[in-house]
Amino acid sequence: MILEVRDIRSFYGETEVLFGVSLEVDAGEVVALLGPNGAGKTSTLRSILNLTEVKRGEIRFDGKNITRAATHTIARAGIAWVPDDRRIFPTLTVERNLSIAKKTTRFRAWSERECFELFSALEYLRQRECEDLSGGEMQMVAISRALVGAPGLVLLDEPSQGLAPKIVHDVLRTIGRLKSEGVAVLLVEQNPLAALSAADRVYVMDKGRIVHHGAARGLLENSAMRTRLLGV
Amino acid sequence: MLATFVLFATLPFWIKGVGLYPYLGVEVMIWIVYALGFNLLLGHAGLPSFGHGAYFGVGAYAFGLTQLHWGLGLGGGLLFAVLAGGIAGALVAAFISHRRGIYYALLTIAFGQIFWFVAVKWHSVTRGEDGLLNIKRGSVLGYPLEALESLYFFCFAVFVVVVLLLWRLVHSPFGRVLSAIRQNETRARFVGYNVWLYKWLAFTLSALIAGAAGGLLALAQQSAYPNVMSLHQSGFVVMMTLVGGGLVSFWGPVLGAVLFFLARDLLGAYTEAWLLWYGLLFMLIVLFKPEGLAGLLTDVRSRPSA
Ligand SMILES: Nc1ncnc2c1ncn2[C@@H]1O[C@H](COP(=O)(O)OP(=O)(O)OP(=O)(O)O)[C@@H](O)[C@H]1O
Ligand SMILES: [Mg+2]
Repeated sequence: MILEVRDIRSFYGETEVLFGVSLEVDAGEVVALLGPNGAGKTSTLRSILNLTEVKRGEIRFDGKNITRAATHTIARAGIAWVPDDRRIFPTLTVERNLSIAKKTTRFRAWSERECFELFSALEYLRQRECEDLSGGEMQMVAISRALVGAPGLVLLDEPSQGLAPKIVHDVLRTIGRLKSEGVAVLLVEQNPLAALSAADRVYVMDKGRIVHHGAARGLLENSAMRTRLLGV
Repeated sequence: MLATFVLFATLPFWIKGVGLYPYLGVEVMIWIVYALGFNLLLGHAGLPSFGHGAYFGVGAYAFGLTQLHWGLGLGGGLLFAVLAGGIAGALVAAFISHRRGIYYALLTIAFGQIFWFVAVKWHSVTRGEDGLLNIKRGSVLGYPLEALESLYFFCFAVFVVVVLLLWRLVHSPFGRVLSAIRQNETRARFVGYNVWLYKWLAFTLSALIAGAAGGLLALAQQSAYPNVMSLHQSGFVVMMTLVGGGLVSFWGPVLGAVLFFLARDLLGAYTEAWLLWYGLLFMLIVLFKPEGLAGLLTDVRSRPSA
């Protein structure tokens, strides 16, 4: 297992938001993390990066205990985050946003060229300042930024939010390529059907707890359970 | 850049012609060095330091004290000014670099006040309000700096070196990380940067440059006083940097410092309250044109195409 999250309890100040969450992701595995709004999906990703305070439990990545390690050390170990609100550097150009995110880890760094192959639209935007980009373009930058940083695990928070079908397709294709290269993906999605068809396994969260886990296909095929857990 | 260098390189030859005096050029360059170093922190890294006079003053005292007690000359004195500014900055930075925003600013004020207080009260070393007097200028390559011209070109040389170094630094990967930190610390962190370390380095470098400027100040005015360390005078460098447009331009602090001293000498000839007018200008700029004079100039230049 490249990522093991064991029974973590996370807090915003005094407010507990995760009540003992455990999950695992294997190298080259795509794991979907689903659940209603406010379930704690984003908080789980933030906890892995130590951006939300983890008071109990343990997080291991690539054989090392990274619980409460400094965020930049976690990033340098090879965990990349694509936040739901993109969070690129607005006054830097696309090129600068990518070059500033380059780093070496024990995993493979993607070249800018490869990113432009994945998202052909980006190539023409290289010199543009990111604050002028559309939401979808920013998402392409955010994903590319994760890739040039040589990740072994990519945390994707609602990557298809607000994207045109063509780009959603590109994102799914990217996930497929990551998987084929042995990079792990933890995928949070609002669109459960797309997520389930891209994923190997799935965890469903509600109110800060994991309420279901199993094969993605199982949930995709069992419509009764799907309706009960996800409402679709 | 060339224009700035040419302007200052030729200044001794024309400044009397416009009714001013060469020593003003020395003062302006010293404050420009100080303000450019300060802007590494404020403009490029987005870290507000309101007690930066401390390191300027520490540099001046280091220059004076090493000369008066150890008999160090010009080179040694300046080296210690740089070191002392850098060490003081490094220590303070170690205490404040985990903070941001208003807390960061408040801590810089608190530490600045401590340095100022020590300078005023530690009479046996600093001579308190009387200051260190009779600092010698020494000579460079056989040119005694008692001669104003030599002093001017010596300061000019330091000024050129600092400008070039800072320019390189700001446009290096290090500078880009600072600007990323300015935009968002958390983002810089999850992209993999040790934000604390970068903030520490930025503060230390900035204090080191302030120390160098302080050493030059002691050299130029042949004395060192605590007044440059006060909160009040620490505010000057903030005003210069913002009025000039340090937030948007490398050259902002240069414009701001020049304007500050022109205001002091030209307005100051008519009214005691010149600082009030400069302060008003500062307020207007903060309110209506936070990009400062540099921002105003780029607006004017790009107007026809806009
Ligand atoms: N910064 C914060 N401070 C306090 N509470 C927060 C903060 N961010 C999130 N929460 C709370 O934590 C809980 C989980 O939120 P989280 O953002 O992790 O949910 P989510 O599953 O990602 O939801 P969504 O699908 O809407 O993105 C919610 O109750 C939310 O109100
Ligand atoms: Mg969320």
